[in-house]
Amino acid sequence: MLHATLKQLSDGLTSGKFSSVEVTQYFIKRINDLNKSLNCFISVDAERSLAQARAADALRAAGNAQRLTGVPLAQKDIFCARGWLTTCGSKMLSNFVSPYDAHVIERFNAAGAVNLGKTNMDEFAMGSSNETSFYGPVRNPWDRERVPGGSSGGSAAAVAARLAPAATGTDTGGSIRQPAALTGICGLKPTYGLVSRYGMIAFASSLDQGGPMARTAEDLGLMLNVMAGFDTRDSTSLQRDTEDYNRDLTKPLAGLRVGLPKEFFAAGASADVIKAVEGAVAEYRKLGGEIVDVSLPNMALSVPVYYVLAPAEASSNLSRFDGVRYGYRTSDYGNLAEMYEKTRAEGFGAEVKRRILIGAYVLSHGYYDAYYIRAQKLRRLIAQDFVEAFKTCDVIMGPTSPSTAFKIGEKSGDPVQMYLSDIYTIAVNLAGLPGMSIPCGFDSGGLPVGLQIIGNYFSEARMLNVAHQYQLATDWHVKMPPGCEAFKS
Amino acid sequence: MKWEVVIGLETHAQLSTASKIFSGASTAFGAEPNTQACAVDLALPGVLPVLNKGAVERAIRFGLAVGAKINRRSIFARKNYFYPDLPKGYQISQYELPIVEGGSMTVLVGDTEKTVRLTRAHLEEDAGKSLHEDHHGATGIDLNRAGTPLLEIVTEPDMRSSAEAVAYAKALHALVRWIDICDGNMQEGSFRCDANVSVRPAGTDKLGTRCEIKNLNSFRFLEKAIEYEVRRQIEVIEDGGKIVQETRLYDPDKDETRSMRSKEDAHDYRYFPDPDLLPLEISEKLLTEVEENLPELPQQKKKRFVENYRLSLTEARLLTSSYNIAGYFEGVAKTSLMDGESLGSADFKLCASWVINDIAAKMNEEENLPPWAFRVSSETVGHIIRRVREGIINAKTGKELLVRFWDEGQRKSAQSGGYIHGGYLQQVDELIRDEGLSQVSDGSAIEKIVDDVIQANAQQVADFRAGKEKAFNSLVGQVMKATKGKANPQQVNDILKRKLAE
Repeated sequence: MLHATLKQLSDGLTSGKFSSVEVTQYFIKRINDLNKSLNCFISVDAERSLAQARAADALRAAGNAQRLTGVPLAQKDIFCARGWLTTCGSKMLSNFVSPYDAHVIERFNAAGAVNLGKTNMDEFAMGSSNETSFYGPVRNPWDRERVPGGSSGGSAAAVAARLAPAATGTDTGGSIRQPAALTGICGLKPTYGLVSRYGMIAFASSLDQGGPMARTAEDLGLMLNVMAGFDTRDSTSLQRDTEDYNRDLTKPLAGLRVGLPKEFFAAGASADVIKAVEGAVAEYRKLGGEIVDVSLPNMALSVPVYYVLAPAEASSNLSRFDGVRYGYRTSDYGNLAEMYEKTRAEGFGAEVKRRILIGAYVLSHGYYDAYYIRAQKLRRLIAQDFVEAFKTCDVIMGPTSPSTAFKIGEKSGDPVQMYLSDIYTIAVNLAGLPGMSIPCGFDSGGLPVGLQIIGNYFSEARMLNVAHQYQLATDWHVKMPPGCEAFKS
Repeated sequence: MKWEVVIGLETHAQLSTASKIFSGASTAFGAEPNTQACAVDLALPGVLPVLNKGAVERAIRFGLAVGAKINRRSIFARKNYFYPDLPKGYQISQYELPIVEGGSMTVLVGDTEKTVRLTRAHLEEDAGKSLHEDHHGATGIDLNRAGTPLLEIVTEPDMRSSAEAVAYAKALHALVRWIDICDGNMQEGSFRCDANVSVRPAGTDKLGTRCEIKNLNSFRFLEKAIEYEVRRQIEVIEDGGKIVQETRLYDPDKDETRSMRSKEDAHDYRYFPDPDLLPLEISEKLLTEVEENLPELPQQKKKRFVENYRLSLTEARLLTSSYNIAGYFEGVAKTSLMDGESLGSADFKLCASWVINDIAAKMNEEENLPPWAFRVSSETVGHIIRRVREGIINAKTGKELLVRFWDEGQRKSAQSGGYIHGGYLQQVDELIRDEGLSQVSDGSAIEKIVDDVIQANAQQVADFRAGKEKAFNSLVGQVMKATKGKANPQQVNDILKRKLAE
């Protein structure tokens, strides 16, 4: 079971090789043994998970099983799940038990999947290292002195360390892809609007998108088949026909036009990362791909544009955390203003406060035009670059992150350095495009490197095909971090 | 110095949708606190707004009714500020691109017509309520009202007196009910005004510094608040002071306005487009649909009443003061027709007089009677008028029937707790038959009674012959009394005159 993919677990459940209760117990045991040293999970509730597993087994016995019935999955703690503590990595929600299910959780429940627990994350998804979590940093299974990336670091580390066969993540500026790259797993951020945001605690509404994290492209497709779909409760959700995202997995890649933006390979990424990515590109050439040079001239602007728009939206989205109706409230206050000030001063961490301040500043009277409006205009230019690029290629490839996993504490004192770790991923969110990361090698220190694949709008099936064919030809994705085989760490 | 008063109004009209503007919770008034607040209204983490199409249709309806431009694309923005009854920490409103722009309303101030230009009307959500009593020193929050749809209707600074402002507010109040987008219930806060007031030396163009008086929920308070504020501003300036731009509250108990917050304390609302809501696009189809369902507007109806029904302007104005009255009047006219008559030959003057004088009088007897709650149906009233016109009963009997039915309707309604009409169309004829209400038009019968009356009232006859006209009325009264009011009054007049002249 240790190395089983989601697909293999699903097949094993179908053939009766094992039951959902057995699989769930297996992963709960792994969590119990390894989570202390990795800190992947904020909440685990074995009883609740096993109850779901028993229900799944009953469903199967009655002949009503679907593809993911009975498989255990980890859920990022940004998704509201009824009856579960849902903290978003923040002290502010450290006492918030959600009374309702997010759309994504509803879909997994309806599919009969088992919730293994809620994974650790940067506070309100603001961070690229998982160090901003109120619940402490997640450790990278490949090197426990290093970060797993963020903000979906708990999900990434849990999947890499085989504490869960797959997990959900959310990606506002790279929060699925960058931790996937840093932990050697696969992660997909779908086209904006494909996965409902209902019940996914908002960071930056126009950029946030939920997506799957798993060890193979095929598993991502199985997850996305459940997660994607129109939801009337999210006005930005897109009404489209249902599709099987794994329908094209086996298509050969002959004639695939792979666009390489020169900006992705200019100075900035480490030599090891560039080497691994170039190796992957060579592999694609072997698989029948043809390489096309493309350019994303405005990509350099994506980090500053993002750090105007995302904090602007966040400053407003996080206003509801005021201590009035739920969540943390300061214990000692004399009046309303003091209640607000102390609640928010004590309830939010430093990075969240920094972004609220930036956001309030760029939206304030007299600065709005210079920052917010200009950033919106540039956002359109950045998206237009991709439209141009996709006229000559089918997918764009490059590094996911400029470096492999960095040390805990290495960048936490320097926000700008931290922000730059998302330089290759942010533009994709600004354009609303789908992007994914798959493992494509290791650096000289043995840390995984991620290959980023960016597709055109709604080309998820094609991207999964592109990733799957690579995974048939290579074995980077089956490597396991050292020290994760044993039950005791 | 002579001063000119300049007033602009911002009115919040609560739109009459069954559910809230961005959630499915009910908008019904008066429920237990927080029982009509769903996850979205409570602003739980992760929830999202979904726009109620009914609110959009009502805003379009209003825009069309005032001849405004309907923006085919408008934007919802977030207005950010912290307050405990504002659950999200921002209000979703429209800022730079509202759904309705421009338009105007023509209102009657005394006998002159006045046109007030509208700046815009935009959709927004209401906040909850803070309850400062009964919570042992703490403040209670009721979020039932949070998310209720509002249309904020903003005028240009076109009004020059409290009377003009009140006339506009009343006309607007009638219009929103007429087009059925707001119930207009001012006690429940469904229709409330903010007044922007400034003064300037008469004959000058530059606007003075304005003060905004918030939340005026009756026409009387609107009038008194403006009048107080005008006096205050003139006094301040004449004493050599300066008006400070600020928000003020009107205290009806003390009849004065008080400073609430000055411009310096004003919030920076940090407006920006709400990323949870796509720009609101209005299709040609929706626009056409709303337009086709728009009722005839008061101005059009008034014109038609004057031109087609040959009513006076005053009558037409009174009858079009509300949609219900106008509809009632037309219903009465329709059923007042005699066999073979077409609407064109109806006695509109007579019907108008019944509705304006008799029905209105009965309506006014009851406080808090909803404007649509006529105690007798328009069909029944029309039928009574028909029988009068046919000469079957006289007008006095007819009006007695109306009052009788009305009181019965009132009684039945009070018993049932609902609204029940008194009487019914057929009952008019049943009562005429069973109680012998038909008027006596038999000339010889009347002549005999007249002879008796003349004989028994020698003094009055002498007085009349001596030139006292009043004595004639007294004699008519005697004849009517003798016939229990059923004699045809015209015939009584004619016969009496003839006999007295003999």
